[in-house]
Amino acid sequence: MEYALNIDHISYSYHTLNGETPAVTDVSITIEKGEFIAIVGPSGCGKSTLLSLIAGLIHPDSGSITLGSNSNIGYMFQKDNLFEWRTVYGNARLGLDIQHCVTPKKLEYVDTLLKAYGLDSFKDVRPSQLSGGMRQRAALIRTLALEPDLLLLDEPFSALDYQTRLEVCDDIGTILKNEGKTAVLVTHDLSEAISMGDRVVVLTKRPCTIRDIITIDLGIDNRTPMTSRNAPAFKDYFNIIWKELTGNE
Amino acid sequence: MNKNNRSDISPSQQSYIRHRLMHHYMIVFARIALFMLFIIMWETGARTGGIDAFIFSSPSRIADTFVSMCRSGDIFVHTGITLAETLLSFILVLTAGILLAILLWASDTVSGILEPYLVILNSLPKSALAPVLIVWLGNNPKTIIVTAISIAVFGTIINLYTSFSQIDSEKIKLIKMLGGNRLDVLFRLILPSSLPIIISNAKVNIGLCLVGVIIGEFLAARRGLGFLIIYGSQTFKMNWVLMSIVILCIIAGVLYLILNRLEKCVNKYMAS
Repeated sequence: MEYALNIDHISYSYHTLNGETPAVTDVSITIEKGEFIAIVGPSGCGKSTLLSLIAGLIHPDSGSITLGSNSNIGYMFQKDNLFEWRTVYGNARLGLDIQHCVTPKKLEYVDTLLKAYGLDSFKDVRPSQLSGGMRQRAALIRTLALEPDLLLLDEPFSALDYQTRLEVCDDIGTILKNEGKTAVLVTHDLSEAISMGDRVVVLTKRPCTIRDIITIDLGIDNRTPMTSRNAPAFKDYFNIIWKELTGNE
Repeated sequence: MNKNNRSDISPSQQSYIRHRLMHHYMIVFARIALFMLFIIMWETGARTGGIDAFIFSSPSRIADTFVSMCRSGDIFVHTGITLAETLLSFILVLTAGILLAILLWASDTVSGILEPYLVILNSLPKSALAPVLIVWLGNNPKTIIVTAISIAVFGTIINLYTSFSQIDSEKIKLIKMLGGNRLDVLFRLILPSSLPIIISNAKVNIGLCLVGVIIGEFLAARRGLGFLIIYGSQTFKMNWVLMSIVILCIIAGVLYLILNRLEKCVNKYMAS
């Protein structure tokens, strides 16, 4: 089976003059192409560190991370980080500008994305004129414009209000499924993890290791985050994962 | 249906707008009145002998001096030189300030080494340097421009460097994740987002450069408004001194207004 990402016994520590803080110890997981992995864990356990390691922004002290063939990485942040001095369109094509690959074909793809996600008529306005949900969609388009195969999502919905959060979560979950992207989502919201993930990885407290990996099978076809939330098995998974998280050491 | 043309502004809103306008006119009127009062008191004081016109000059004497110096063309030479020196040092301060702030931002080692020197040079009263500069550089415009630069440049470097290093680290991470290098971070993030700070800094600098040029001209010039002031005070031509000061007020005001307008344009562009 072809994998998108193979993590093999990685460990990582932060160093300061006051000492060493282990953040990740001995984490191993293989992620298949097209799979959606959700990672949950207690706050401050090192979830984001794990994403930074996968992204290659920092390097593990031991162990190795191997990317499958064709794996451009896209990263989505908690904040949209849109640049106020660029228009929505200018923000969407930021990655293309940086990689000096502005071709008519790529720009057409950006246009298609803007149209598909309802930002077409806001192309020329500044980000400050968009609502929170629209801003996060613009940030997603900026990431998708480079056509990444593997998406790393670092709590991308947590800055939104509850209603927008459900909507954007549903939008983005559906978009990623339709485009067949592999995704790793870090979140502290259990229902978000269950509604989006094919598998949910439960981490322990810092320094984090994998406590359990739970495969989500809600028994419905073509599930979206919204329909998943309504599935009968949803609350069972919620209880299982909740116990894992809060359970005995 | 058809009564919503002008009556859609309610009476309370109308009276609010009227009050704001009245307040605005009152402020403008009071500003002009204060100026006129000052001029009239100065002039009558000088004419009735309340103050000594030889020492304090008077508005009419300043105007006469101005007209006669305009006729001879001297005033244009002096003002032009001061203005040119100010603008040149301003441009040099801005360029050097931005380049050095970039250098400090780019290298933790360089900024670590230079920080204490910058702090000391920034707090040093730069007028103390001017006499030294005359000895080193000679009695010429070079000294004047270096004096002006030394007054403004250290503060600029420190302010811009602080602003550069306070950029959200997640945005830098974003540029890296989109495949960018340090140059992309600089040109696509740091410089555009610091543009408002660069301009507000320029507003302070243009005034500081003018101060530096005048200090320089006091010591090392044969032309310029600073020279006119120092020469006039030594030879008791107080009309020259006070006229030069009036011209300096006007120059400072106009330069500030130009940058203020520029700042508003940039802010509007950034926000719209």
